[in-house]
Amino acid sequence: MTLTKRIIACLDVNAGRVVKGVQFVDIVDAGDPAELARRHAEAGTDEIVLLDITATHEKRRTLIDTVVRTAKQLFIPFTVGGGIRTIDDAAAIFDAGADKVSINSAAIARPELIGEIGSRYGAQAAIVAIDARRGKSNSDPIANAEVFVNGGRKPTGRKVLDWAKEAESRGAGEILLTSMDADGTRGGFDCKLTALVSEAVNIPVIASGGAGTADHFADVLLEGKADAALAASIFHFGIANVRELKEEIAKRGVPVRLPC
Amino acid sequence: MIAVIDYKAGNLTSVMKAMHAVGADAVVTFDPDVVMYADKLVLPGVGHFSATAFLQEHGLRQAIEERVDTGTPFLGICVGLQWLFAGSTEAPDTAGFNVFPGHCERFSEGIKVPHVGWNSIQVSESRLLQGISNGVFVYFTHSYRAPIVHGTVAVTEYDSPFTAAVERDNIMGVQFHPEKSGAIGLQILENFVRLT
Repeated sequence: MTLTKRIIACLDVNAGRVVKGVQFVDIVDAGDPAELARRHAEAGTDEIVLLDITATHEKRRTLIDTVVRTAKQLFIPFTVGGGIRTIDDAAAIFDAGADKVSINSAAIARPELIGEIGSRYGAQAAIVAIDARRGKSNSDPIANAEVFVNGGRKPTGRKVLDWAKEAESRGAGEILLTSMDADGTRGGFDCKLTALVSEAVNIPVIASGGAGTADHFADVLLEGKADAALAASIFHFGIANVRELKEEIAKRGVPVRLPC
Repeated sequence: MIAVIDYKAGNLTSVMKAMHAVGADAVVTFDPDVVMYADKLVLPGVGHFSATAFLQEHGLRQAIEERVDTGTPFLGICVGLQWLFAGSTEAPDTAGFNVFPGHCERFSEGIKVPHVGWNSIQVSESRLLQGISNGVFVYFTHSYRAPIVHGTVAVTEYDSPFTAAVERDNIMGVQFHPEKSGAIGLQILENFVRLT
């Protein structure tokens, strides 16, 4: 009996449609988040994250509808992030059927939000997402990695390590750490940065950004000391499904949920 | 009718969705009168053990006690399982239901808390876990763990072994979240719903 490492599928959603990571060849509607989430769960994904990248005010209603539809047939953990600024925003997402919310820019702007969500829905329901970029100085670019907000457009001047520790002390249940340097490269997760953060906090860390092969997952779950690894298009790596992915990383000694 | 008891701790949407998925006629309530005529009781809950004080303050504890004493099936989930013990070090001033002895305690230092994710369970003879194989994975998320007692029917391990499920006659509890544990979880909920 061992706690397994989680493989998390992320659906990036714009105005109610999944905008990247088309996964199933035989799917009727590859852009429908509810359909994709259900298929991911059936295939053996451990958890679903839905990230709303629209996040403009007039589209919030669309997001709530999407969350309701997606949650309806989903019986694995379901996290929703993107544009959650207040406890009322979070409440609407929970009421729609999410189990956890992921907050990013709003947590930097007003860190009390973490505790507000935690005290109402339990600490396990508050995930703090950190978009990290390695520091420019050559002295120690990883220890000096900086937090970015507003979808990675705005530097905050805050060190990733400090912010991760503060998020923990304010009651975050998990940290979702995205390496902006690795994101989109398919060259592997930032194992060094992930390990540094994971060792600095006592809450689970989800690694994100850079997945390209099954080995990349194993690397970040082993050397990177991540508790979970997230990718938006986990079936694009020359493997047919998440089960194969898990079988590959299990060969490297990573405990995973198999059969799933 | 199954009463899903709302004591204002966390979100009941997922539990209700799963109950409906297995065909249960379930309602959310914090009214002791509804508890008094429900066929089965479910006490979910994520969050702090102190939230269970609500049960005492609103006459729910007494209603639950009367019903389980007459054989009404009861299922506690997560904090709902922990409440079945004498108490929890998370809220020393809040008494548990004390069906099972001992206190729930925080996981030890040196491991990540909460225990979040899919872990496997070792199961023994149980009505709730009928048809559930040894070694299946279920989803946990909690920072406090219940001791292993006479009545423990499933065990898991995170740093050290602890109770994943308890059962004594009509009183049952699971530390994991059946509503978030895929097909296995739904099967467990269906077992409960079909109890006669």
